[in-house]
Parts: sequence; C-alpha cells; structure tokens
Amino acid sequence: MRLRDIVSFALGALRGYRTRTALMLLAMAIGVSAVMILTALGEGARRFVVGEFASLGTNLVIVLPGRSESAGGPAGLVGETTRDLTTDDATALKRHPAVTRVAPIVVGTAPVSWGPREREVPIIGSSTDLLTIRHWKMAKGDFLPASDLDRATPVCVVGAKVSKELFGTEPALGQWLRIGDRRFRVVGLLATEGRSIGVDVEELVIVPVASAQALMNTESLFRILVEVSTSEAIPKVKAHILATIRDRHQGEEDITVVTQDAVLETFDRIFQALTYTVAGIAAISLAVAGILIMNVMLVSVSQRTAEVGLLKALGTPSKVIQGLFLTEAALLSLFGASLGLIIGEFGSWALARIYPLLPAAAPWWAVAASLGVALLTGVLFGVMPARRAAKLDPVQALLRR
Amino acid sequence: MIRLEGIQRIFTVGDQEVRALRDVELTIGAGEYLTIMGPSGSGKSTLLNILGILDRPTSGRYRFDDLDVTSLNDEDQARLRRRKIGFVFQFFHLVPRLTAEENIELPLVLAGVAPAERRQRVTKFVRAFGLTERAAHRPEELSGGQRQRVAIARAAITEPAMLLADEPTGNLDRTSGGEVIDILEDLHRRGLTLVIVTHDPEIGDRAKRRIRMVDGNVDSDRVISDET
Repeated sequence: MRLRDIVSFALGALRGYRTRTALMLLAMAIGVSAVMILTALGEGARRFVVGEFASLGTNLVIVLPGRSESAGGPAGLVGETTRDLTTDDATALKRHPAVTRVAPIVVGTAPVSWGPREREVPIIGSSTDLLTIRHWKMAKGDFLPASDLDRATPVCVVGAKVSKELFGTEPALGQWLRIGDRRFRVVGLLATEGRSIGVDVEELVIVPVASAQALMNTESLFRILVEVSTSEAIPKVKAHILATIRDRHQGEEDITVVTQDAVLETFDRIFQALTYTVAGIAAISLAVAGILIMNVMLVSVSQRTAEVGLLKALGTPSKVIQGLFLTEAALLSLFGASLGLIIGEFGSWALARIYPLLPAAAPWWAVAASLGVALLTGVLFGVMPARRAAKLDPVQALLRR
Repeated sequence: MIRLEGIQRIFTVGDQEVRALRDVELTIGAGEYLTIMGPSGSGKSTLLNILGILDRPTSGRYRFDDLDVTSLNDEDQARLRRRKIGFVFQFFHLVPRLTAEENIELPLVLAGVAPAERRQRVTKFVRAFGLTERAAHRPEELSGGQRQRVAIARAAITEPAMLLADEPTGNLDRTSGGEVIDILEDLHRRGLTLVIVTHDPEIGDRAKRRIRMVDGNVDSDRVISDET
C-alpha cells in the first residue's frame, strides 16, 4: 500500500467519526496548550524577577557587616569581634579603579514633621551615588549633593507619598522639615516609577549618610553598595574589598560580600524549578490525553471490526492493518498537538496582554517537549489498539455487521 | 485448480469440540461454477472460509494451483487472497464512510496500484455494473441490490481467479437477487471460477455442479449435464 493512500485512508477514517475525532483533538490540544501556557507563566515569572533584580543595579556588589559563616566558636571567647562598617570603610573601597560608585546605607525610621503634621517614615542615609545605582529617577529638584561621606548636610529627598501627606498641595521643594530633632531642607522629589524589590520609594525620606548616622545615633552602616565598571571586574573588586576591610579591621575578615549574580542565580534556580513543576503537572494532562487516545482507538477497533475483517478478506497483511490504525493515532495526536500549539501560543500572547509586566512566553524546550510527548503518547498508546485490530480473526470479524 | 484433501475443521466452543468439517475431499477445476447447499450448521460457510483462506483447517491439505496453502505463512496467504480470490458477502460489508466508487477502488488501494490505473479500472467497472449514477453515493444511500453490485465490483476489480459468494442474495428481494446472480454468472462466463453458498434451491439448481453438505461432510457432489 502506498504511503499517500495509507494517510488518506486514515484521514478518511478520522473524518468518518467526527465527534470522536473532535473530542480527541480537544483532549490533545488541552494537554499541549496547558503545558505551554503554564510554562509560559513560570518563565514569565522568572524573567520578571530577574528583570527586577537587574533594575536593582547591574554589576552590583553588596557589602554586609558580619560573616555569614560561623567563626567556629563563640565570638567573644576567640577574641573575634565584629567591627562595624563605617563611612571610612566606604570611602576606602572607592579607591579601586574598577569601582565606579559607592553608596553606604543606613536605615531606620524617624518621626518626620512639617508644621502640625507628623509621620513615622523610613529613613535612608546614603550618598549621591545611590540614585544611579538603584536606577531611581527624580520627579523634581536634585538628589543628595556630592560631598564627603562624613559631611552631614541638612538636606533631604522625599518620596511622593511622604510629600503629599506632609505638604498636601503646597510645593515641597525648598521647605524645611523636621526629622527627629534636626531640620532638613527638601531638595528633591523622587519619581514614583522607580520601584524596586523591598523598597517603596513613595514612602521614603533620604538624607546624607552622616546626617542619618547622627539621627540614629550610630556609627555603623547597614550595608555598602558598590557598583563595578564591568562584570568581569567583579571577582577582582570582591577580593579588593575583602583585603581592604581586613586591613582596616585589624586583619579580621568580618564582612560578607554578596554579588548581584549570586542572588540572581538563586532566584533563577527557584523559578526554574517552579516552571519545571508546573510543566510536570501539565504533562499529566498530556498523559491523560494519550490514554484517551488509546481508549478511543480501542473502541474504534471494536466498532470497525467488520471493516478490519473486510480488509483481511481483501488480502491486507496484518502489518498494513496495524500501520493503518497506527497512522490514524499518529495523525490524531499530530493534529491535536498542532491545535494545542496554536491555542498555547494564543494563550501566552493573551497572558502577556493581560499582565504586561509578566513577559510570558513558552520557552522553546517546553514547546518541543510537549509536541514530542504528544506524538510519542499518541503513537505509543496507538500501538495496542492497532495490534488488536491486526490480530482479529477475519471469520469472526466478518460475522459482525 | 483447487484440491482439498482430508480437510477437518474443529472449533472449541467452551469445553466442547464442534466438528464443523470432517474429512472433506473436494477438487475444483479452473473456470468451474458450483453451488454449495445444505442445512444450517452443515459446514457450508466454514468450507467457503477455508477455500477463501480466511480460516485454517485443523488438519488436511489445501492446494491452490501448485501451492500448498496450509504451509504458507500469514503474509503469503494474504498475498494469495489478494491476487487470486474475491469475496461477496451476505451483508455486503461495504465501508460506510466510503462512496460506492471508493469501495470498489479499495482493493486496488490496498494492493498499492498507481492512482491513474486505479481510476481507469474503477471507471470501467462502475460503468459495467450500471453504477455510474450512484458512484458518488455512500452505501447507506444505495438499495440492497446496488450495494451488492458494488460489493461484486469490488471483488472482481482485482481480476481474481476465483469468486466466493456466501449467501449473496440472502438479504435481497427476488428481483435484485436475480440481478446479482446474473452478474455473478456473467463473470463466470468470462472465465472466473465461481462458488456460491446458498439456501435457495432455485439458485442452487442453476449451477451445473451442485454440492450438498450435511454434518460437515460432502453428502452429494452432482454434475448435471445439459440434456436433463
């Protein structure tokens, strides 16, 4: 029998039982599109988070006080004390040629008041470099002025919400407000679009780091953000930071240096795992579709027993009969999978439309895998019914009408 | 052309053995026309199935031309069936989703004949069987007589050496039954070996050679000469 005839015979059989074929196509399509849409969601979430982290600053190295590993005994007994990170440390870090920006950070909350209105607001003390490192934007005025880190200039930058709550409709720029027991002049308003993980810029007051230290009565920094010129330079800068701080801290390595890459990689892995998980769950529906195909093909074989008997009486070898039914199953899953591909593509497109923030798109491996699995299950589950058809006893088969 | 020697066919139904054919001896020459008659359960259909190589005898030898059919494997038996034997059934066994024309074409499709040649032969047969107007209709839209004509055209299109008909008129009224027998006899006149299994003595008596089966045995095998 010619290949073309085999295919058109199988197509004819599929057309001959429209409801059955339509249901099978639906089952297969749902399976494939479920895999695609769910992985598209997972991928979208992953890319979203990775993108958010990138917006925290590229080529960023974060210096935290204290060691992440234990020193092997109670710190006090071994004589190892954790020294604070200071603004001098931050200044020292700036000396490496690959370091472009350094932003020391002090955080805390303090009562902020203007006239009769008072609010408890998160305060960040930092340097002028913070704006660039965090990719924030100014709505009005300027960010903190560039100056030595230990100069406590009485200026501040406020977020939109703080500005609205304190000043209402009056212009905030140039006003003097009170933070704690000190007075600061508002020099700038932060734009609202710059949102980044963990910080709500709308509800924030930023002051020079030395002013914040005075406000909170502390010498120590919460952390230091170091921006490196190129990502290749990061390992060198990391070593430089460790060496510099060790020198300044009497030979003790009492800091932790975290690179943006490490954080990103962790999140990347988490979301990758998440995507695999949902893909796995969706794959179950593919397997169900495969089993459905087997069921329907089995029913089809018994429905068409007389036809099989006729084919045998017409001298069709068992192999050809098996091939006919297998082709039918393969075509069924091929069409179902293609349909699912279209639905899946459309679904991810619609998702991307509904959640523009989420760059939802099924990764190529999910598309390839779902198509592969669909065809494989279709053919695999088609083998048994096809064999059953080929093994039918022609005399018995022909007794059926 | 055909020699059956000591053919037995035993079915096992539950724990009981049913001897459908016991020791059948039969020789059929090329171009012969014979009818097989007998009461229900006498083994007529079983004999026909064995002649058509749809069924294997439990014991005995079956020679077709110079081939020992019983020793052939399934694939070779299928090939022999495809090339030499045509079937006509009581219930027509047309494929419901195919048109009359496509049903007639089916054996050629299965045999891998090229489409151009297929079309030519099908057109010829459709015309010869008076089915031109009904060629594009599905079996459900055809009358019983038309269905059986389609079935006979399908059996004959491969130009087999032997045509086996199992109660070909069993589901037809007298008129269309007569037409069907006429067509079959016409095919026989063109050289086809024709074997008809029937209940109907009127049809049974049309052939020169009449075989009567009783209890799985050939009870009588008479050749009627033209004079009587």
